[in-house]
Amino acid sequence: MKNFVSMTLNGRARDDAIPGNMLLIDFLREIVGYTGTKIGCDGGECGCCTVLIDGKPRHACLTLAAVCDGAEVETIESLETEGRLSAIQRGFHEKLGAQCGFCTPGMVMAAEGLLRENPDPNEDEIRKGMAANICRCTGYVKIIEAVQAAAQEIASKEDAA
Amino acid sequence: MNENMPIDPEKVEPVKSIGVPMPLVDGPEKVSGKANYTADFVEKDALVGRILRSPVSHAEILSIEIAAAEALPGVVAVVTGEDFVGQFGVLPIARTEWPIARDRVRYRGEPIAAVAAVEVETAQKALDLIEFEYEELPAYFTAEDAMAEGVTPLHEKRPNNVERHVEYDLGEVDKGFEDAALIREGTYDCAEVCQVQTEPHAAIAAYDGERDQITVHASTQVPYYVHLMLEQTLGMPRSKIRVIKPHIGGGFGSRTECLHVELVAGALARKCKGTVRITLSREETFITHRGRPEQKTTLKMGMSKDGRITAVDTTTTQRGGAYAGYGTVTILYSGSMVFALYDIRNARYNGYRVLTNTPPCGAFRGHGTVNVRFAFESLMDDMATELGLDPFEVRRKNLLEAPTFTANDLMVNSYGLPECLDIVEKASDWKKRKGKMEPFRGLGIACSHYVSGASKPVNWTGEPHATVNIKLDFDGSLTILTGAPEIGQGSSTILTQCVAEVLGLDVTRIRIVTSDSLVTPKDNGAYSSRVTYMVGNAAIDAATNLKTILTEAAARKMDVQPEDVECLGEVYRAGSQDQGMTFEEVVYAALEGTGTITARGNFDTIPESWGGDKYRGAAIGGSMAFSYAAQVVEIAIDPDTADIHVEKVWVAHDCGKALNPLSVEGQIEGSVWMGMGQAMTEETRYHNGLGITGNMLDYRVPTIIESPPIETHIVESNDPHGPFGAKEAGEASLAGFLPALTNAIADALDIRVSELPTTPDRLMEIMEDKKRESRKSEKEKAGA
Ligand code: FES
Ligand code: FES
Repeated sequence: MKNFVSMTLNGRARDDAIPGNMLLIDFLREIVGYTGTKIGCDGGECGCCTVLIDGKPRHACLTLAAVCDGAEVETIESLETEGRLSAIQRGFHEKLGAQCGFCTPGMVMAAEGLLRENPDPNEDEIRKGMAANICRCTGYVKIIEAVQAAAQEIASKEDAA
Repeated sequence: MNENMPIDPEKVEPVKSIGVPMPLVDGPEKVSGKANYTADFVEKDALVGRILRSPVSHAEILSIEIAAAEALPGVVAVVTGEDFVGQFGVLPIARTEWPIARDRVRYRGEPIAAVAAVEVETAQKALDLIEFEYEELPAYFTAEDAMAEGVTPLHEKRPNNVERHVEYDLGEVDKGFEDAALIREGTYDCAEVCQVQTEPHAAIAAYDGERDQITVHASTQVPYYVHLMLEQTLGMPRSKIRVIKPHIGGGFGSRTECLHVELVAGALARKCKGTVRITLSREETFITHRGRPEQKTTLKMGMSKDGRITAVDTTTTQRGGAYAGYGTVTILYSGSMVFALYDIRNARYNGYRVLTNTPPCGAFRGHGTVNVRFAFESLMDDMATELGLDPFEVRRKNLLEAPTFTANDLMVNSYGLPECLDIVEKASDWKKRKGKMEPFRGLGIACSHYVSGASKPVNWTGEPHATVNIKLDFDGSLTILTGAPEIGQGSSTILTQCVAEVLGLDVTRIRIVTSDSLVTPKDNGAYSSRVTYMVGNAAIDAATNLKTILTEAAARKMDVQPEDVECLGEVYRAGSQDQGMTFEEVVYAALEGTGTITARGNFDTIPESWGGDKYRGAAIGGSMAFSYAAQVVEIAIDPDTADIHVEKVWVAHDCGKALNPLSVEGQIEGSVWMGMGQAMTEETRYHNGLGITGNMLDYRVPTIIESPPIETHIVESNDPHGPFGAKEAGEASLAGFLPALTNAIADALDIRVSELPTTPDRLMEIMEDKKRESRKSEKEKAGA
């Protein structure tokens, strides 16, 4: 059984016929070809597959693609503007929040969700906001620094505007 | 020539790259989702590969019936052990593993067949149709059981299931104990742990029937070994094989040997004459394992009144799993490194590597050294306490003095441990706070070390240890070609910095291509922290050779002697009054008559670093340089739940020279944190050989919530042979965390935890026991 699904993916509306049991992660990676979102576990353990659904961080590996009918889905591929890294991406790059980079798309999307909701999080709030994402390389030290740097950059840009 | 940007030679200086904190050269791809990992090469016509795994731990294979699976529509190929012509294994002396089991299965989850089908569901259905008949054999899940009298051997050549017994007796151990003021013995247990790199193993194999060639993308740290093992197991000439390592999601040693997945993908692709992609599940990644073995260590130590260690006697046993893997090396490392951190002349060792019916262990970060370091630093601390000595003082009493050789002939030319100790003592305010903490709070210290590459390679071929090529062409851009696998440790960045520094150019002028056997020079791989040291040196050599070519070309054009040419990076000139030539002009001059230039650089180890021959296997441990680390851990324990909260870690690591301080910090933080996981929560558990922690919830990797702030200090001892003085940065700091934590627990509770991980359950039990005992002795006192 296929479902007719209309979603907005990274700002573009699209219509797809999707099998009812297809996971959003497989839809993104195998059908659309957005492989930026990663699979690190067998379901709901690692956060590598984090995307935003209607602005909230969600596990794409635990979400059926069909339930995204009418939803707005954002993946790591949506963040760059005019070919340049977003503030959060830049924070992760410059502060070395990414080593092997496999957790990074999920981390960046979790941070994106967090900062949209709370643009000025303290360290504790960053920890809570990123708690569903496992990183095996960094010990999280520089991930926290990356999110802090990004929050600052966003704030300073807004001040300037 | 770049006419748009006139260069003022007065203002030109060589650009500094070494010692500059720099983000990774491949960072933008990683943070934007553009970096492709093996599973990301989605090819439209690729088939899905799936592996059928043994439901039993030890059995003779009677038959594997695949006809029904083959007949299922949508199934393109089914392979079994019969589709391979040879066994694999990382050590040439121990190639005992079939990519898919033949004759016998030796652990639960061992591959017994594999299918390639048009989609996952079909592949899964096909696996269900395969009939496996077997006759069970006795299975052993602990080292003790496997070594008992009258056991059934897992491998014919190992009748008592001991893969390797290592022994040495250095100096005068008995006399050392006689001279001791205090002799103590302790037994320390470490659970088996798994690397759990975030990317599950994956491989894509594409077979070209027209040319009988195969291309394999693999999530590996050792593409060269994968290449060799494809040759060996598929019986294909190595010239018809191409191995590519794309971005990989961490390694930590889980991929320092070729795994089944690459070989099975290769066999399937060849059989179906197409492309097959296998992505293992997380559970299968746990079953593939190659982690750190469960290990029991009994350590006896003699100490003089003032804290000098007079003798050490170590007996240690590792539950190695069903195949040899790196096992012999692991048990040798435990022996060569256990005492060599300090100046100890009398040491005895008995190490047993045991074969058991559990998934094979491998080379986890800190290979072989971590669990014995835990034992050593724990006992040392207890003895210091008993003698009324400060833990820092006792460590200072036993320091080496570089340059020197250890009792087992390991060459030590740089030794920053004294400075590491000073730094963490001060940073943690140890002197003021130690022993004066509030109840249920404690401070603990421990030291650790690691090699910077093994001085003798696993596969001895007579080639140099490392080779790097730099290609220079008409566009003036330099391309580094290296087989050295970037695995997230930042090696591509470090190599770029090395080349940039020698040539005085900005790193943005330089590009790097890694780990594609079609274009990059062979490299042994990313393990034993060899890349920065060995490949870094080769990169410097290549850049130096290139600089010579450029300088000579400039000299020809300027009509001066090469020695008179000054290289300022973007400008080459003869004397400060000279207008000079731009880098592009020099490039054109150099290309005249020769065309595209490839400059090669090599690196080789020196015989003094080969680890001597005082016992069989003494070469393992031999390294050009050792890194050193000291760390202090502060904890607070909840008296009601026995939950340990790590408040802070101060760590100092001697990496020789921080080529890139930012990535050195990242490596150290990651190591300390990984040590924390092993110390506190991580443990692979089995029920009769069935893995019961094959996911990231039951196998508890620390989350960001409980991960402590880590204050990192870099010590630069400038190793005489290191690239710009550098040594390894990514492993040594792991081992210290384990004993630093339990030493902090001893400080807080006066309890010695000698079994890891220290879960709240375990600690609670020990706390309760202690309470009961003190109540009992109080009662006895009252009664008397
Ligand atoms: S892939 Fe691990 S949580 Fe989704
Ligand atoms: S950077 Fe490797 S898992 Fe996070």
